[in-house]
Amino acid sequence: MTVRNPVPLLLVGLMLLAAWTLPLLSHAPNRLLSGRGIQLATLLHGPRLLLLLPAVPLLAAPWLPPRRGCCVLLASAASLWLAALTGLAGAEAARLAGGADTLARTSLGGGYWALFILGALLANDALRRLGGAGGRLALAQLALYLPLLWLLLSGRLEALSLLKEYANHRDSFDEALGRHLQLVGLTLLPAGVGGAALGLWAFCRPRARGVLFAALNIVQTVPSLALFGLLIAPLAALGRLLPGSGLAGIGLPPALLALTLYGLLPMARSTLAGLQQIPDGVLEAARGMGLSAGQRWRRVELPLALPVLISGLRVTAIQAVGLAQLAALIGAGGFGAIMFQGLSGSALDLVLLGVIPVVALAVAVDALFKLLLSLLEVGPR
Amino acid sequence: MNRPPQGWPKTLRQWARTPLPWSLAALLALTLGMPALRPLFAALFPELDRPVYQQDSFAALVLAHVALVAASSAVAIVAGSVLGVAVCRPAGRAFRPLLESLLAMSQSFPPVAVLAVAAPLIGFGEAPALIALVLYGVLPIAQGTLAGLDAVSAATREVAQGLGFAPWQSLWRVELPLAAPVILAGVRTSVVINIGTATIASTVGAKTLGSPIIVGLSGFNTAYVIQGAVLVALLAICCDQLFERLQRRLSAWQPRQEDTAESAALPPLAGH
Repeated sequence: MTVRNPVPLLLVGLMLLAAWTLPLLSHAPNRLLSGRGIQLATLLHGPRLLLLLPAVPLLAAPWLPPRRGCCVLLASAASLWLAALTGLAGAEAARLAGGADTLARTSLGGGYWALFILGALLANDALRRLGGAGGRLALAQLALYLPLLWLLLSGRLEALSLLKEYANHRDSFDEALGRHLQLVGLTLLPAGVGGAALGLWAFCRPRARGVLFAALNIVQTVPSLALFGLLIAPLAALGRLLPGSGLAGIGLPPALLALTLYGLLPMARSTLAGLQQIPDGVLEAARGMGLSAGQRWRRVELPLALPVLISGLRVTAIQAVGLAQLAALIGAGGFGAIMFQGLSGSALDLVLLGVIPVVALAVAVDALFKLLLSLLEVGPR
Repeated sequence: MNRPPQGWPKTLRQWARTPLPWSLAALLALTLGMPALRPLFAALFPELDRPVYQQDSFAALVLAHVALVAASSAVAIVAGSVLGVAVCRPAGRAFRPLLESLLAMSQSFPPVAVLAVAAPLIGFGEAPALIALVLYGVLPIAQGTLAGLDAVSAATREVAQGLGFAPWQSLWRVELPLAAPVILAGVRTSVVINIGTATIASTVGAKTLGSPIIVGLSGFNTAYVIQGAVLVALLAICCDQLFERLQRRLSAWQPRQEDTAESAALPPLAGH
């Protein structure tokens, strides 16, 4: 039989290798002792073998014809496989925790993460071959994780140490989520408006472009930690001068200022690109129709430049989600605070509790903006 | 009395205008002369007992930072360009969507997350830093290689083929030189990102210019923070400008893509 697609062959080969060599779970009697690895193969017996069902199409993937139906089958099988794998881990953790000692910890091992990432890549590959517009692809990519989300919400995973960490830190988790969203949301507004204004200015004054983008590029070049650090002293001094202003060297103000400064470049750049890509003929036609400058701006230039502008906002938002992680170091909170707390205690589960939501947030923001873009492109102009 | 050569004042003016020598001089002066600024920091922060970071000399920190970035960038350049070239060859073309979705996926992982996950697994210090730096260094270079090779026109490739170049000869002598500026732009982005990631790497115990910042942040010593931040910002700016100059050199040396495409299309026309 001829291999029709070498990509699943590579991914499935790596999955088999990971399942064979790496432990799916790691079980320790308490958090001080190092864990004992549990292989996937030892967990599969009796009715649990049914969980392997979604893996069958995946194993056959290299030989499946590149037809629409096959791609849909593969993507849904991969999605179910991710859920089955996670459900198996959760069930085994619950079984192991069945005993009296509540100190026992069952955490997800390297094998689980490798199988998860490879499975997600397989699903993405199948979806990409389906084709389709950016918005639908983004929605489908999000839908891949729905079975997993259902599993998480149904409480079947609660015995895993990651979820135990969540239960222990529920308050600080909720606070971190709120703060992280606050950081990103409050950055998007000034960075979006300011960056768009700068881009517009650069469009109207081509002479200023060189200086403006050189300056923004320097800001982007400065490492984020350094920028956070450099803003501490000036803002602290400002806070002392204006006691009622709420300004301070650490906390929200320097974090928001730094995130906004970083967001200006992608925003300004895409505004300029969005305005530049409007064909001269279109503007001339608008002028010929007798539209005033304001009307041209509202009815021609802005709608035509909007998709590029939104994609600039998308870059700014994803960048802000990641950078906000570091803002914890200057006392601005967010998921970074949980991550660094875990790091100082060398507690991997706590680190993951601070990392996974950020990755999920970035993926969700990315998909949302892609969806918005596709709506703009389809909708009336 | 010798008059300076004709072009001299102009060159001098150019020198004064180009920012690279100035930033390099500032970096060097601050690296070596930070202890001399002690009175300044003591005046600015009278509440601090030790206003200048002294656990390591700043020269040692700059060297350690540069060494970490250089080592990881070297690996990233090789890995990134090999990956980029491999998925553009007929044999590896099927893997291109996979590489692209991998690149897109990694965009949602902040570098500090990789550091934080790697450190409890493989221990604190330089090792997790190297892993994160290589991982994040590969991305822009692979992207640059892909974009650069894509931009080589089909006509150019056909001419190379018509001249009797074997596929790898065409790659090595035609396509890669033409793609070089875009690949170099990828390397520039990669190195600048790595300087930033190396700064954060001090949170997992690597000794870099981020160390004074982290020590200062945890000990409420703003002077330490400023010293580390100014130096690492200057280092990043210097590297960026160095690469910009290199890029300008490279694009001055190389024929313009359109010209090549045109001249490539010329021979059959001339045969008319």
